[in-house]
Amino acid sequence: MSMASTERSEATPGTAAGDVLIEVSGLCVDYGLGEGAVHAVVDADLVLRRGEVLGLAGESGSGKSTLAYAITRLLRPPGLITAGRARFRQSVDLLAAGEQELRGLRWNEIAVVLQSSMNALNPVLRIGRQITDVLRAHRPDSGRGARQARAAALLEMVGIPADRLGNYPHELSGGMRQRVMIAMALALDPKIVIMDEPTTALDVVTQREILEELMALRDRLDFAVLFISHDLSLLVEIADSIAVMYAGRLVERADAAAIFRAPRHPYSLGLLSSFPPLHGPHRQMEGIPGSPPDLRGTPAGCSFHPRCRYAFDKCRTDPPPLFDLDGAPNARGGAPGRAAACWLQDGTRAVPAELARPESGTAGRPEPALPGRPEPGRAVPGRPVPEPVVPEPVVPEPGTAGPGGGQP
Amino acid sequence: MRKLLRSPKIVIGLCLSGAFVVLAIVGPLVAPYSPNASSSTTSGTPMPPSAAHWLGTTQVQQDVLSQLLAGGRSTILVSLVAGAVATVLAVLFGVSAGYLGGYGDDLLSMVANVFLVLPALPLLIVIFGFIGRGANPNDVLIGAIIAITGWAFGARQLRAQTLSMRARDFVDSARIIGERKWRIMAFEILPNLVPVVATSFLFTVIYGVGTYTALSFLGVISLSHWSWGTMLYWAQNAQAAQQVRLEWWWFVPPGLAVGLFGTGLALLNFGIDEYVNPRLRAAGLTGRRARRAGLPRRPRLGLTAVLPAGVTAAAAAAAAGRPAAAMDGGAVSAVSATAGGVIPGSAVAGPPVTDPVLPDEVQQ
Amino acid sequence: MRMIARRIGLYVITAIVAITVNFFIPRLMPGNPALAVIGRVQASESTQAINALELQYGVQTKTGIWGQYVHYWNQILHGNLGTSLNSYPASVGSLIRAALPWTIGLVGTATVISFILGTLIGIIAAWRRGSWLDNVLPAMTFFQAAPYFFVAILAVALFATKLGWFPQSLGYDTATLNPGLNWAFISNVLDHAVLPALTIVLASVAGWTIGMRNMMITTMDEDYVLIAQAKGLPKRQVISYAARNALLPNVAGFSLAIGFIVSGALLTEIVFSYPGIGYLLITAIGSDDYPLLQGIFLIITFAVLLANLLADFVYAFLDPRTRQEA
Repeated sequence: MSMASTERSEATPGTAAGDVLIEVSGLCVDYGLGEGAVHAVVDADLVLRRGEVLGLAGESGSGKSTLAYAITRLLRPPGLITAGRARFRQSVDLLAAGEQELRGLRWNEIAVVLQSSMNALNPVLRIGRQITDVLRAHRPDSGRGARQARAAALLEMVGIPADRLGNYPHELSGGMRQRVMIAMALALDPKIVIMDEPTTALDVVTQREILEELMALRDRLDFAVLFISHDLSLLVEIADSIAVMYAGRLVERADAAAIFRAPRHPYSLGLLSSFPPLHGPHRQMEGIPGSPPDLRGTPAGCSFHPRCRYAFDKCRTDPPPLFDLDGAPNARGGAPGRAAACWLQDGTRAVPAELARPESGTAGRPEPALPGRPEPGRAVPGRPVPEPVVPEPVVPEPGTAGPGGGQP
Repeated sequence: MRKLLRSPKIVIGLCLSGAFVVLAIVGPLVAPYSPNASSSTTSGTPMPPSAAHWLGTTQVQQDVLSQLLAGGRSTILVSLVAGAVATVLAVLFGVSAGYLGGYGDDLLSMVANVFLVLPALPLLIVIFGFIGRGANPNDVLIGAIIAITGWAFGARQLRAQTLSMRARDFVDSARIIGERKWRIMAFEILPNLVPVVATSFLFTVIYGVGTYTALSFLGVISLSHWSWGTMLYWAQNAQAAQQVRLEWWWFVPPGLAVGLFGTGLALLNFGIDEYVNPRLRAAGLTGRRARRAGLPRRPRLGLTAVLPAGVTAAAAAAAAGRPAAAMDGGAVSAVSATAGGVIPGSAVAGPPVTDPVLPDEVQQ
Repeated sequence: MRMIARRIGLYVITAIVAITVNFFIPRLMPGNPALAVIGRVQASESTQAINALELQYGVQTKTGIWGQYVHYWNQILHGNLGTSLNSYPASVGSLIRAALPWTIGLVGTATVISFILGTLIGIIAAWRRGSWLDNVLPAMTFFQAAPYFFVAILAVALFATKLGWFPQSLGYDTATLNPGLNWAFISNVLDHAVLPALTIVLASVAGWTIGMRNMMITTMDEDYVLIAQAKGLPKRQVISYAARNALLPNVAGFSLAIGFIVSGALLTEIVFSYPGIGYLLITAIGSDDYPLLQGIFLIITFAVLLANLLADFVYAFLDPRTRQEA
């Protein structure tokens, strides 16, 4: 059984138009219709290129998962896409695609790994069956034996003995289940794997192992990853570029190293100081005061202003657009559109020093082992990721399962 | 409370069941005749509704309406007593079992499980059969006896909920400061179980109506003691449904009364259930609303709806009318039962440790 | 199979409880009503038969209560449920044996149909949530709340009396046919069974539908259903993934519901004068035939326990988590 045959791209995430896998512009997602509708994602722009690891960061309730599920049209009702465009490879309009077209695209091109693998695997089916079902659906010509062999190879690829194919999910450990999910995601050599907090439910050691394996697989198979996490400093370690979301809006977009060294939005700055970075200089752990806004009534102006220590009058009245910072003096050449939605960055104001750090200068600080992809064998740091300084949101995304579900 | 009253199920349920309770109280006072009185001793044919007898007469010219009102009092009294007694038993068994754990739990759960699988109606028939039809029936006693066979389901639900409560912080802290067990159960746990207790009560009232009606229909309870079941017994005895000229006025009113009273209680139960478990309530977009908003089709799992270009969100919202927060679907709860058929479900007050419907043995 | 073993344990205990309750009820009742009945038959029966009855009901007997209890168990274990008072000297066992096939045929078939139909409707209603099907469900509540026998009376009135589509009563045309394995008899039996069966299905299908729908809705919120969609599996397969899981609590609920369904079905038989256990029951009640009444109670209990056990096996087959040894 031949492993992935996709050729390895040597280049850094390219900029050529042909390399764009997903292009999202002006996407708006609501929960519900009418006056009471919650605007979960507002006017989001996103580009995911071939082979790239794109991190999507934000507190829970910031709309990051909503955005990812909306792009794939997997968002549950009452989630509703109200405006914008989302295209796959510049040829397929994801928002106009019918059921049949989407079905062909799913898993073939875009696979998904969810946070809790216990719930993501069907408890009453053997894991082998759950891997082969997707092969049978998308490769109807493949024989039964070939599918079995492929499933076994996939399991071994993620370090699980093939004889586990006959096991049920409850017979595997949490880490193993998550590996099964990853193996399953790679079954059809997808171009894109969307990972929604894939390691959050795991312990630190397992988390690190899995991230390491994942990055190694990514190097080998060259799929792009949309990695959703509330842990910005984890994203800094593994992502090529990062988009930060707050209250349904994209507030900053930059490549990973740039955002780590020189955040341009006060929220990104706050997120970075909410988690201890394992590499690089120690920063003061500060967190962000206050809690994310209730999406049913976001504050006027910049929705972050009540928690922002730099806020001034304009922030309270006018929502800032996403300022393109590519032309800014410190921008790295070729980096995909660096931007921040903050009035401080409109080019007319004096920017506080911590939001105006140079992107490439060392400024006397030790250079962190960055960016992006770890070399094989290099430990990818994992860490427990509670959200100690980032309080829980007021309103959970209505589309996600709330607690108290045990309705028999 | 106000939120509860916004649910149409709760409102309709309250009106329906409330109306029957009011009828049970005032009914016999306003009844035009005595339920036993025959207006004629010569005619042996039931008379259809007329000005003198709004719901017609029985074979022996008794007034059906008066019987319905008299029978309603007995039926509703029995069912309320059954509900109350069974709920007390359910709380005692369920909360104790859930809180005590260990052997105490094993024993209490086993008792509940035995009562759960023991077929209730045949057992009651034997009991009432030996009490004898000659005995002068007492509605409170009948209700209490019915309750003995009807508490186990509620106990099981309460046990599952108590188990999940037991692990909560506030119970832990009460334990740590040395509160007595019964105080923790009564003052810390029980108040949080109110919705479950309420559904359990409604459930057993429905059970009580159905069971009492069935027992009187079978004739194991004195046939001169008027209840809706007794009315149906006499109608069936006279083959009212088999006559060429259907004597519908005789058997439809009592049967409809049982059904409507039960429906009212069931709707209340659904309403509480949806209040407690919003997942059943948030039905998303109904087809009609989606169409009015300009969506090409009803949103579904795995095919997120996209508002077509040209239809702005504001226009869609205007077309859709009510605010999204008030969207309601036809969600119907799992907790619902009649003596005729029960699909037990649960009212869930918070994340349960275990799925309350699964057999205990299954929840590993 | 530990789960099955535990369930069997529960059923054995339940059976013991049922037999014990059956033994004690007549003895606990004030002024033992059996006495009057024994007096009623005393004139015509042999001393031996009277003695057996006296022993069974614990009146005027020299044997102590413990001895009576042991004797009762001995009788039960030998399959001896006593002698019917009304159809003397027929044994209770023989009367039940004659009626049982009718009930099992009717109630068993109707229950299976109702479960399958209700489950399917529930699946569709959950999948097509928000469609017109949502409005049908509250209407179904009425059929669930109304007693089975009322639905039966309505069915007789409408479909048999008014429209004349089905016979009004009986299990077959007793006036013209003799039971036998010939087409005339079999088709006549089927003809008589359709309306009672439809009644039982109509009265019980709402419960399964509502239960399955709510379970499906809960299950469809699970991540594995979303993943099945994300995998691009055919719609049929996604539904079956969800349904397979949603079915589990419904099967578990089966064991709780079966007692009610059997009871309701017996009442339906009475309305149709169907020659099953239900009809036997009403004659026993009408004639104070206590041994027959108690025999019927035991038989129904055993049947319900057996149905429970079958449901447990189905459950274990469907859920791998119960199949494994811990």
